[in-house]
Amino acid sequence: MGWFKKSKAPITPVETKKVQMPEGIWTKCKNCNEIIYTKEIERNLNVCPKCDYHFRISARERIDLVLDTGSFIEMDAGMVSIDFLEFKDSKKYKDRIKAALKKGGGGDAVVCGEGTIDGLPVVVSVFDFGFMGGSMGSVVGEKITRAIEKGLEKRSPVLVFSSSGGARMQESILSLMQMAKTSAALAKLRAAGLPFISVLTDPTTGGVTASFAMLGDVNMAEPRALIGFAGPRVIEQTIRQKLPDGFQRSEYLLEHGMVDMIVRRQEMKQRLSQVLRIFTRK
Amino acid sequence: MQFYLEFEKPIVELEQKIRELREYSTDKVDFSGEIKKLEKKAEKLREEIFTNLTRWQRTQLARHINRPFTLDYIQMNFTEWFELHGDRNFRDDPAIVCGFARLDGEPCCVIGHQKGRDTKEKVYRNFGMPNPEGYRKALRVMQMADQFGLPIFTFVDTPGAFPGIGAEERGQAEAIARNLREMAAIKVPIIVTVTGEGGSGGALAIAVGNRVLMMEYSVYSVISPEGCAAILWSDGTKGPQAAEALKLTAQDIMALGNVIDEVIAEPTGGAHTDAKKAAENVKKVLKRHLAELKKLSPEELVEQRYQKFRAMTKVEEAQ
Repeated sequence: MGWFKKSKAPITPVETKKVQMPEGIWTKCKNCNEIIYTKEIERNLNVCPKCDYHFRISARERIDLVLDTGSFIEMDAGMVSIDFLEFKDSKKYKDRIKAALKKGGGGDAVVCGEGTIDGLPVVVSVFDFGFMGGSMGSVVGEKITRAIEKGLEKRSPVLVFSSSGGARMQESILSLMQMAKTSAALAKLRAAGLPFISVLTDPTTGGVTASFAMLGDVNMAEPRALIGFAGPRVIEQTIRQKLPDGFQRSEYLLEHGMVDMIVRRQEMKQRLSQVLRIFTRK
Repeated sequence: MQFYLEFEKPIVELEQKIRELREYSTDKVDFSGEIKKLEKKAEKLREEIFTNLTRWQRTQLARHINRPFTLDYIQMNFTEWFELHGDRNFRDDPAIVCGFARLDGEPCCVIGHQKGRDTKEKVYRNFGMPNPEGYRKALRVMQMADQFGLPIFTFVDTPGAFPGIGAEERGQAEAIARNLREMAAIKVPIIVTVTGEGGSGGALAIAVGNRVLMMEYSVYSVISPEGCAAILWSDGTKGPQAAEALKLTAQDIMALGNVIDEVIAEPTGGAHTDAKKAAENVKKVLKRHLAELKKLSPEELVEQRYQKFRAMTKVEEAQ
């Protein structure tokens, strides 16, 4: 007892004041890992000023970017998903919908409405990847179909900005059927001689790519967006090898003839305006 | 080929016993009473097992290796079949067969996914998973049927479109999407039968029909139960749970109301236990639906098909 008694008091850490950094002042770019002042990214339309990486943006932000200020009139804002299968995995679908609605954004994974681009009337549908991964269930399929029908009715060009993981598994077979429904509506639009422009943004995969997103008279893509049918993980597991660099990115799709052009966010509105004016002979 | 699912085993064992008894029967020893009793027992057992199948067991049945495939149905139900090959762009895809034939004398177009039974054929058919050229071939032949005014029968049986590098390179998504749009505009009757696995977009790409029918033990889903489990449960072995949640059986989908038109009965024990009977049932139903659709004009057929898919919506709308 007490053979090795400490003669000195133990060292205690000195109380220092930690510098309090408010969240979100700095953002690390997912592509170049550069740490950038968030406001600078925002000023640059959510594009990394160092490497031109296009950050994902919400449906509202995109509408502001592309349509004439104040021209947007939303359609079907009150349409919400229902859990008709009582689907349950680790969470109930019902609760997932509730949680997603609470997070804000639109009523589901797509926001649709009418507006103008440089004065030219258009019908737009814009995906919100933040709402359950932009997945397409009954609501998304129905809203997009109605948007196409609105285009038919008003004889306006139709635009869809996709950003989606694909069909919504929680709605099982009915989510699959949205692919057929939306594509069939596009057949009518085509027969009526109206333009459909599909803009693919990061990421667009699965049932969304395999329906309206690939059916544009013109398919545009933002730089470096992931675009494909099967997800990269599924392909890797199937073929048991690593995928080549740049696989399923916009540039790869351009090279393989699946998209017509890659358009940077800064030039999107101008390019859309130009293309639509040619097609509508304005 | 001998292949049994776990839950089929008790029935198979009983049948084996009956066979043995028959072999031992001679003029002197008569087992006929015994045999009759066992046959009755087997019948009862089969009914018991097959009325209480889980969704996962039904999925396994839908994938049963001895189930009739598209070419089996063509051979049993159609005459004068000839196959057409290739998409005129890249190559012929053996995972989809396309051609023309007659159904009780009536000329028609037949298209379907094709799986293989032995290893060599399975690989040749790519396990029934088409590449883009398969869908493009199917569209080429469907548009040909449209050109000649012939009704189209499609048979759906695929785990899904093939997820490979080449498939992505050549536009798997575009090929499926284009089929969905173009099928909507075809002016002849299209009658779809899901015979086994209706695997997601890979199935839908030949399934936009005026009528969509499902065999009693077939399944149809937006994703395979294994794939769904891997994503939502982060565990690919939770397939049985995912199958329950996805409600993917013919009966489940019929209950949704407007996705499919009819469930085609199979012999107790599944189509593979009596392929001939299964094929007869299919033929009867196909002929009935074709007779109904023949009353519609080309424009009415397009509109009926459009309205059918247009109505597939379950949402809530705030007033």
